[in-house]
Amino acid sequence: MEKAIVSAENVTYTYPAEEGKQNHAALHDVTISVKQGEFVAVLGHNGSGKSTFAKHLNAILLPSGGAVYIDGMDTREEGLLLAIREKCGMVFQNPDNQIVATVVEEDVAFAPENMGVAPEEIRRRVDACLETVGMGEYKRHAPHLLSGGQKQRIAIAGVLAMEPSILVMDEPTAMLDPAGRREVMQTVARLNREKGITVILITHHMDEAAMAGRIIVMHEGEVALEGTPREVFARVEEIRRLSLLPPQTVDLLWHLRAQGFDLPLEALSVEECADVLEAFLKK
Amino acid sequence: MLKDITLGQFFPGSSLLHRLDPRAKLVAVVLFVVSLFISSSFWGYALCFLFLAWCVHISRISPKMILKSLRPLVIILIFTGVLNMLYTPGEAIFHFWIFNITKEGIFNAAFMIFRIVLLIAATSMLTYTTSPIALTDALERLLGPLKKLHVPVHEFAMMMTIALRFIPTLIEETDKIMSAQKARGADFDSGSLIDRAKALVPILVPLFVSAFRRADELATAMECRLYHGGEGRTRLNTLVMAPRDWGALAFMAAFCLLVMNAQRIAAVVL
Amino acid sequence: MSEILTVQNISHIYSAGTPFERAAVKNISLSVQEGEFVGLIGHTGSGKSTLVQHFNGLLKPTSGTVLVDGQDIHASKEATRRARFQVGLVFQYPEYQLFEETVYKDIAFGPRNMGLDEGEIDRRVRTAAQQVGLPEDALEVSPFDLSGGQKRRAALAGVFAMEPRLLVLDEPMAGLDPVGREEILQCIERFRRVSGAAVLFVTHSMEDAARVSDRLIVLNQGEILMQGSPAEVFSNSQALTAAGLDIPTVTRLFIELRRRGLPLSPAVYTVPQALAEILRLKNGGEGEVC
Repeated sequence: MEKAIVSAENVTYTYPAEEGKQNHAALHDVTISVKQGEFVAVLGHNGSGKSTFAKHLNAILLPSGGAVYIDGMDTREEGLLLAIREKCGMVFQNPDNQIVATVVEEDVAFAPENMGVAPEEIRRRVDACLETVGMGEYKRHAPHLLSGGQKQRIAIAGVLAMEPSILVMDEPTAMLDPAGRREVMQTVARLNREKGITVILITHHMDEAAMAGRIIVMHEGEVALEGTPREVFARVEEIRRLSLLPPQTVDLLWHLRAQGFDLPLEALSVEECADVLEAFLKK
Repeated sequence: MLKDITLGQFFPGSSLLHRLDPRAKLVAVVLFVVSLFISSSFWGYALCFLFLAWCVHISRISPKMILKSLRPLVIILIFTGVLNMLYTPGEAIFHFWIFNITKEGIFNAAFMIFRIVLLIAATSMLTYTTSPIALTDALERLLGPLKKLHVPVHEFAMMMTIALRFIPTLIEETDKIMSAQKARGADFDSGSLIDRAKALVPILVPLFVSAFRRADELATAMECRLYHGGEGRTRLNTLVMAPRDWGALAFMAAFCLLVMNAQRIAAVVL
Repeated sequence: MSEILTVQNISHIYSAGTPFERAAVKNISLSVQEGEFVGLIGHTGSGKSTLVQHFNGLLKPTSGTVLVDGQDIHASKEATRRARFQVGLVFQYPEYQLFEETVYKDIAFGPRNMGLDEGEIDRRVRTAAQQVGLPEDALEVSPFDLSGGQKRRAALAGVFAMEPRLLVLDEPMAGLDPVGREEILQCIERFRRVSGAAVLFVTHSMEDAARVSDRLIVLNQGEILMQGSPAEVFSNSQALTAAGLDIPTVTRLFIELRRRGLPLSPAVYTVPQALAEILRLKNGGEGEVC
């Protein structure tokens, strides 16, 4: 069996109590493990605890109970902080607020500069990472003049320059338009496929989650559903109850089933669904 | 619109001046300013003027831009001129009420104005041909030795960099907030001074809130990218002094000496 | 029905006369009827955000005229000011405009600028808060203490309280999860039902636009690519895809099924429609339709 590169064991997290507010558990007994090279989507509506979970993966937050191990390193150990963050890169929602420098290549160089990497090696990494995200020709550009999708790809390159094994993305497409979302998702899928980078994608978009190998649905700080996209989406009633929308393909098949027709629910893509419906209608 | 303001006033180019090491340029400007202040003769000023004109010429920056950089200082220039004219004792050539305008005063005023103009023009040339980032880098490197005295040189440079990065973002944001409040009937263009100041609240509050949020998110993002201060940090583009940079510095030192002795040399030659 | 908004041949050119000259809006004419729900669709950079800022006079067209209720909004300063209150504009991420000490005061900002008396302001603030589903006790807290979704709704209430006759919303659901999106749509519906105002909402989501709009206007590179009922627009999905827009998954599914020779309608864009259409075909053209 492959070993888990990310392992959260019975993690509980309670936000520090604010004056006049009841403190509530944002995470409750969450156990998740991710293997090297996996692409896992963590789904959930706002307040489901998915972002809180993401922040545990590189020690922005520390568990109140339980433990998180990144490649065997306990995130509570202060001495391991830099090593954990180098291993586990994090991309955030707002691309504007994670770009530090006024020139694209300087920004991508930021992390390796902090690591004390030699200039020639930084140069190699910057060029390689910008190529990987398809932004090579923009290296001398000013980031604030780029589109949202381009900025987010720069942010990804900036994290890749640390050469992490895990990429955690906290709703990286929430602020992007459809074209930007496509750019970012294609980049992420390619990184996972070609470079073998473990991807943990936090999202509320079903179609993005469908690209993952495994989906974990969170609800009220707990893991509510887990499985391959097919398995998870086929549970239409549960998905609805968790305040999420099933993909339209599955939704349509589910409605037809509700009308008494015996159709499989595991047809996720347009082609698969068309196959099912074609067979159904030509019968 | 606010968006149209150009910031940093940097004009990218590939002239010799653009390519010089920013540290060399910074030191060169300091030497030029020193030359200006130690020069007391017509010939010294003439040399400085000719040298600067040559710099503008080879940088391919329009002389109009230099004039533009002087515009905000016109009042200071006039003020300096008038003060010098009125308070320099000497041979009176014009008398009015309690004021004496002297021949020396007129000379002094002219020299002072000329000196300030050249000073501004020279520093403008520095910012026109050097990107703000390169300038920040140069300052960090030149002031590096002060770190030993616990002067937070790296922190200062990092602050500069982040400020430069976020100024356009915040300007755009201000634009947006202004439009949004105008859509709710806010009026920024009429009323008394106090009314206008009050009208800024609906812009400033959201702007501050947003700036703090951005700062918070940026800090987290920087920590996630392993930022832990200047210690042990390397750079992608390290500044390297090329022979031409040393050449430029040597030239400036010689220029400084030349200006200092301009009067004497002129006397010998002429 | 009369026209509340009439836009005649407007163009907007940024940085005219400089090397950066760029036409964001090119010779656009459109109109919105009283009480209509119009979806304005276009990808980023299609000029939609620039276009809507002309409707309440925030931007002045380089050429062309904008009429609100038949009046040229740039005829006089008063006309511009009137247009600003008749056409309520909600910007993208409107929660970033909240600034007052309490939610009540923030919602009252617009009505107060209109010069209304306290009694009327109070009525409007409470009505608007109700329309966006903010409870009475939320009015006295600081807007910065609200949750993300509540902030957005409080900001919407600030424009609702001006009781505009045309409500224009720029990407009102951007960045929200499915539940939040649904809530916002319901707020807009409620406002429309109660006030009878027309709504024009800008989005790049074809699915949202199709669900609620009577009419769609598709913008591409500063020009109107097409307009018509959702069914008409979606029947021409090729042009939509070419304009860089995402068509709904069911629409793509039906294109695929038609390609495979099934006689289905091309104008399907919601799941209930798709269901009805498949059942129609299955039952030989008749039978139960939802």
